[in-house]
Amino acid sequence: MKDVAIRIRDLNYSYDDIPVLTNVHLDVFPGDSAIIIGPNGGGKTTLIKLILGLEHPDKGEIRVYGNEPEQERIRIGYVPQYARYDPKFPISVLDVVCMGRLGNSLSGRYTGHDKEIAQESLAAVNLAALSQRPFSALSGGQRQRVLIARALAAEGDILILDEPTASLDQQSEEQLFTMLAELNKNMIILMVTHEIGVSPSLFQRVICVNNQVHIHPTSELTGELLRDMYGSDLRMIRHDHRCCPGGHEHD
Amino acid sequence: MIELWDALTDPDLPFLRYALITGLLASISFGIIGTFVVVRRITYIAGAISHCVLAGIGGGLYLQNVVGIPWITPVRGAVLVALLAALLLAQVSKNGGQREDSIIGALWAGGMSIGFLFIAVTPGYFDPMSYLFGNILLISKNDIYFVIILDCAILAVVGIFYNKLVALCFDEEYTQLRGVHTRWLYLLLLCLTALTIVLLVRIVGIIMVIALLTLPAAIAGTMASGIRQLMFIATLLSGLFIVSGLGVSFSLDLPSGPVIILIATNCYLLSLGFGKKWRKKTERNNSLC
Repeated sequence: MKDVAIRIRDLNYSYDDIPVLTNVHLDVFPGDSAIIIGPNGGGKTTLIKLILGLEHPDKGEIRVYGNEPEQERIRIGYVPQYARYDPKFPISVLDVVCMGRLGNSLSGRYTGHDKEIAQESLAAVNLAALSQRPFSALSGGQRQRVLIARALAAEGDILILDEPTASLDQQSEEQLFTMLAELNKNMIILMVTHEIGVSPSLFQRVICVNNQVHIHPTSELTGELLRDMYGSDLRMIRHDHRCCPGGHEHD
Repeated sequence: MIELWDALTDPDLPFLRYALITGLLASISFGIIGTFVVVRRITYIAGAISHCVLAGIGGGLYLQNVVGIPWITPVRGAVLVALLAALLLAQVSKNGGQREDSIIGALWAGGMSIGFLFIAVTPGYFDPMSYLFGNILLISKNDIYFVIILDCAILAVVGIFYNKLVALCFDEEYTQLRGVHTRWLYLLLLCLTALTIVLLVRIVGIIMVIALLTLPAAIAGTMASGIRQLMFIATLLSGLFIVSGLGVSFSLDLPSGPVIILIATNCYLLSLGFGKKWRKKTERNNSLC
């Protein structure tokens, strides 16, 4: 099993004696793309923090490329939710993206190469023209894309996104998915989301997190499965087709 | 103004010169560290450290005069206690931070109480007012050396680790994920803050430290578009407040600490009004392009 990128075995994690994750097994392979779904408090973010080495399991084992997560976290590009940022922080868009290159030297100075990579990453999210703007002057969706660019600038092997679509409009969301599909050729993509109807064509697997972790191929994502997990009837909102006079297109 | 110039050049009044030189040189430390304190939002941590400094001053006086350890001066006691407080606060923020504000409160009041008690049991008369509100008469030639060393240390650390420090303030978790030892870096930042605070206590006194540390950076924050610019403007402003405050206090024969702070506070209030206008204007310009 040399090829496994992320390997989790018998993992248990509790917060103040309340079990958050129980007996988790998970393997993520190179080339994988998966969405992580589940109810609030189900443990989605905790699972990500464990993979990043920000939290440690009470029991069980977690390996990223065969090592402790802390040792390999530099290979993971991470896009946190943008809402946590101080809106008054005086920093340019390019400087935020450059942070993706921080770990490359002891002093953290950015080389010309680092800045080029950052600029290319910004171009990848269609924000190259705004690189000198203050981060605080951007809209919510634009900031989200800057954080994605920052994660790309890290040039990792795994990209983890925590609810990146929360503040994106329909068009930006589609652009994001197109970009993720392209990136998936070289990177593993894991994306936490609340929106269950996201573009199934892109993601190969669904990781359902509700204290326990179950993995399904995307095609199995049915109303029944979701009802089991969320515990009540819910309406699925599909984003992959339009409400237009021509009618709906189902696949 | 002429009187002030005469006083500055009068060889019998060295304290005013020392105060002015110390204040101007210290502006570099104040501007740079004040910027980090403001953008990282650790004003209350700075407040707690500054109030703890009284414990160091009192302890220093006691150990020097009662126990008879000559090398423990009030200033050395202040440095030691400020660094200890920084160490403790860095540790608290590491462990979850839920009770951080309670611990800040405890250090804040506890430090002052210890200081007052030490001063009370030390025979002889030591006026706590000069520590609380600052007294330029206390500034000596040694303070100038202290300022120069601190300025150099801060410029060196910030010069080398600038990007990491900015990233730490912007997004600590992400910075840690890029392989930066954020705990050590934060501790380093707090220790530099502690040393800057000891210096500030000499100039404006314990109670008003937070004002001179944060107001220049807060005013600069209304117009700066980057951290470097913010530091630069904050340094200029704090120099301006100290010089004008010393001048006014000398001409009107008023205590210098409160005068400096009052000038800073008024400028801050003015900047809130102007800052809004300025921001609107730049936003309009931005939306046009």
